[in-house]
Amino acid sequence: MMDMTTMNMNLITAIPEIFMAVMIVFMLLLDAFIDESKKSVNTILTILTLIGGYILQLIVFVPTQISMAFNGMFVLDGLAEGMKLFVYVFSIVVVLYIRQYINDKKFMKGEFYAIFLFAILGMQVMISANNLLILYIGLELFSLALIGLVALNRDSIRSTEAAMKYFILSALASGILLYGISFIFGATNELQLDAVFRSIYAANGQNSGMLVFGLVFIVAGLVFKLGLVPFHMWVPDVYEGASLPATTLIGTVSEIAGVVFIIRFLVGGLVLLSKEWAVMLSVVAFLSVFLGNIVAISQTNIKRLLGYSAIAHMGFIAFGLMTVSVNGISAVLFYVVSYVITALAGFGVLLALSEGGFECEKIEDLSGLSKSHPIYAGIMLLVMFSLAGIPPLVGFYAKFTILSALIEAGYIKSAVFAVIMALIGAFYYLRVVKVMYFDEKDIELRAANTGVISRGVLVVNGGLLLLIGIMPGNLMRFCSYLLTS
Amino acid sequence: MVTVVLFYLFAVILVGSALRVITAKNPVHSVLFLVLAFVTASCLWLMLNVEFLALSLILIYVGAVMVLFLFVVMMLDIDLEEIRSGFWKNLPLAILLGVVILAEMVTILVRRPIVVTGTADVQVLNPDNLSNSYQVGWLMYTQYSYPVELASMILLLGLVVAVALTLRKTNKNAKYQNIAAQVATSSTGRVTMLKMSTEIDQIATNEVAKEVIAEITSADGGSKK
Repeated sequence: MMDMTTMNMNLITAIPEIFMAVMIVFMLLLDAFIDESKKSVNTILTILTLIGGYILQLIVFVPTQISMAFNGMFVLDGLAEGMKLFVYVFSIVVVLYIRQYINDKKFMKGEFYAIFLFAILGMQVMISANNLLILYIGLELFSLALIGLVALNRDSIRSTEAAMKYFILSALASGILLYGISFIFGATNELQLDAVFRSIYAANGQNSGMLVFGLVFIVAGLVFKLGLVPFHMWVPDVYEGASLPATTLIGTVSEIAGVVFIIRFLVGGLVLLSKEWAVMLSVVAFLSVFLGNIVAISQTNIKRLLGYSAIAHMGFIAFGLMTVSVNGISAVLFYVVSYVITALAGFGVLLALSEGGFECEKIEDLSGLSKSHPIYAGIMLLVMFSLAGIPPLVGFYAKFTILSALIEAGYIKSAVFAVIMALIGAFYYLRVVKVMYFDEKDIELRAANTGVISRGVLVVNGGLLLLIGIMPGNLMRFCSYLLTS
Repeated sequence: MVTVVLFYLFAVILVGSALRVITAKNPVHSVLFLVLAFVTASCLWLMLNVEFLALSLILIYVGAVMVLFLFVVMMLDIDLEEIRSGFWKNLPLAILLGVVILAEMVTILVRRPIVVTGTADVQVLNPDNLSNSYQVGWLMYTQYSYPVELASMILLLGLVVAVALTLRKTNKNAKYQNIAAQVATSSTGRVTMLKMSTEIDQIATNEVAKEVIAEITSADGGSKK
């Protein structure tokens, strides 16, 4: 029997997560005792929790050292630290953007922000998971919270339907993932990712049938979570059906968690099977880039359009992953961070234009925006140009790094295909710009009173697209530093 | 030899009842077959010497979850014909996909067969001969405390979401219990003592009351005749 003294809990490494869990419980308790009129306390507490998590995360990290906690199930390496800091910062920005919308729509604030924090906690658990079991449980925590956020807009039939679809499909994907994990466990007799790696190395090709068999199911489950073709069906429906705050969280911060999750799984544990999963990912990437860009052309709902655009962008990320090189993976990290910054600004504008009960979601709603709200129109212009990959903006550099990693690894045809598809994609991004700048407005679009801080953050966010686009070096170096440290 | 026979017996029952779960026409039958599947799975686990898991499967799934399920299925008015309307239309495609997936699985496993390395010997795993629940409990609260804590967070989240989705604070007809007021109550707040006379003449000062009494007495007299 294992003795308590030989256990390596090392709770200090996991202090930020423990702090978040305690704060969630505290907020839930507090919510039961405060009046409806004082519910804005919840917003402030959520932001304070995230700031506290950020500060604690900075304190617990020891550079160039991999710290483990809970018997090695929890790992804090460079990748985890960097991505967790990004998640904290971006989720603070999300709260600032959605604050006014939630006040206007009279969502139940206490519950909304508690579930929101649960989702963030699930992401952090996924990011630093070092065990197949923890990867799975973290994923469940995260998906269940997102489904809850979608369903919380319960008076809307569309939201309920989207939540139902998301719930059933995500349960199915979890089952598939778990089935794959059981095969990996059966072949290696290990759950720890590093031990799985060592066991596959030691087996030296023995039992590869069982490993590949499990890998197929694991890749299918992972691909579902990232929303790649052919497991993309839920993405447009959930983006469209969910209320804007829930879509904002699903479309931005959760992509980081999903990408780190897939890196941990495939690059961390199953890298010796990279020949097999690179082929699977390349098929998935081809299909996603193709379908995402083609189908997005015919969309009239901007949330749905952003959903298809997310499929296409995740396809680019799959292209980066299939190179299985340090350059490719750091390009993937750069891509996902820059994509999240861009999408955040886009959703921020939509949220700022949703005043009262109105939800700004039709592309026509944006017509004449350049005259009524030139600043918002300008930010949206930067977002669309960046998503399309037009040079001085960050989206261009992100695509560029992925393509150069592809060419370096010898995938010339894939690179050419990706460029052609990105060109097709430019059409629907530019159409949004055309609607904003050249179409006449029918109704005056009123901006919500989001407050000075939120508006300031939105402008800075828009400016960052240009700034990082011009000077991508620092973020790029940071991403490759995260991987190598 | 006996264990091998028992294993195949349970395995056949398990697979057969699992098949019936999805093919049974009546949802109540499906649920009952699922109960049978759980019980046989638990028997298989008993043969592997994992008594704790076997018993908790019966206690939790059969005893709690499936009974709840049965209640829900019996309460709901499910029109099966409506649910099955698209079944025959989509069946050829489903069969085609199923056959393709099965063929792929078989190809992988035939080309690179599974080698079982090292069978798990119960005696080796349990040198101190400790009871099953002791071992499971020990592992849950030491080595696997992190997943257990996380699972508790998932349960809390499920609870919060379920309450948030069903709670309607605006419903005026909802009756709320004020437990503090109920506990703080005393006999003086509940019972009011009124002084009343038992004499019938004094109550009957009222004209209407007199008439009523007269009617009752006459009716009594009539029935006696």
